[in-house]
Amino acid sequence: MTMASNSARRHEFWAGARQTIPLIVGAIPFGIIFGTLAQSSGLSFAGAMGMSAIVFAGASQFIALGLLGAGAPLGIIVLTTWVVNLRHLLYAVSLVPHVKHLSQTWKLPLGFWLTDENFMVAIQRYRQDDLSPYKHWFQLGSALAMYSNWQLSTLVGLTLGQSIPNAGAWGLDFAMVATFIGMTIPYLTNRPMVATVVVSGVVALLTQGLPHQLWLMVAAIAGILTGILTENSLKQTHD
Amino acid sequence: MTNEITLLGGMTLVTFLIRYPLLAMSDRIVLPARLIQALNYVPPAVLTAIIVPTVFIENNSLWLSPSNPRLVGAVAALSIGLWKRNLLLTILVGMGIFLLWQSLVA
Repeated sequence: MTMASNSARRHEFWAGARQTIPLIVGAIPFGIIFGTLAQSSGLSFAGAMGMSAIVFAGASQFIALGLLGAGAPLGIIVLTTWVVNLRHLLYAVSLVPHVKHLSQTWKLPLGFWLTDENFMVAIQRYRQDDLSPYKHWFQLGSALAMYSNWQLSTLVGLTLGQSIPNAGAWGLDFAMVATFIGMTIPYLTNRPMVATVVVSGVVALLTQGLPHQLWLMVAAIAGILTGILTENSLKQTHD
Repeated sequence: MTNEITLLGGMTLVTFLIRYPLLAMSDRIVLPARLIQALNYVPPAVLTAIIVPTVFIENNSLWLSPSNPRLVGAVAALSIGLWKRNLLLTILVGMGIFLLWQSLVA
């Protein structure tokens, strides 16, 4: 291991962490509100910290709280978690070409830490043209920044959140929406992408009646298919 | 307590079994060209599918009105984001307008 490659690794790692800062700003209110609502939903202090530490999936943690509070059976909560997190399967497929050369020692933690935010930041780095062999260090830096922040925000919510009056009604979970809008905008550069977003959004609204949040996958797949079809038909008119 | 351990164990297991296996097998998977083309559309499609219902649906019905703070906050975030192309600014302005609007309307 040479000095130069060490410094290149460090550089990628910190660049990944730095690139994640805006998404961390969006995750902080979301983590705090999770910690704040956890105990009133019937989760213990250790249970809430543990959930952030080993499940580490914000949206599904939030939905689990709602289901717990409503007295849903354990099996339903686990099944809903699975459906809500299924989108990560699409992220994992997208990462396949970029991580295939790595050892399991790398793939296992990168898999555990794979979130929406981590994926959005990492895939942009992987798709850049330069041939850096250390792009996975960039993903690691982003993942660790996101993970530490999630633990810290949960803790703040669990401790200080109790003293905020009626914190649940503030709508701090809107921070996730603002963050996701910010992550979507860079993609809106051509007609197939715009078509994807329009169809995905409309289908998500039309399929709300589906049980267990299944509309999420249905809408995402409808949007993806629309993008491909639009791209292909645009190609044909140009040929 | 036992219930909590089972809950956390179950949620962790199903989440990890979504995230990890494809990465684990990645050196043995060859993706067809069409699938690789489709993957470009994954992030915007998934994100939009999460955003849109959160913004428009309240108590199981469509809330299309300027008194919907989520809608106003989302429009603000989208506008500033398209204009300035700055992620941090998009999040801060979206969140700020949402909180402001919510306090004004409520």
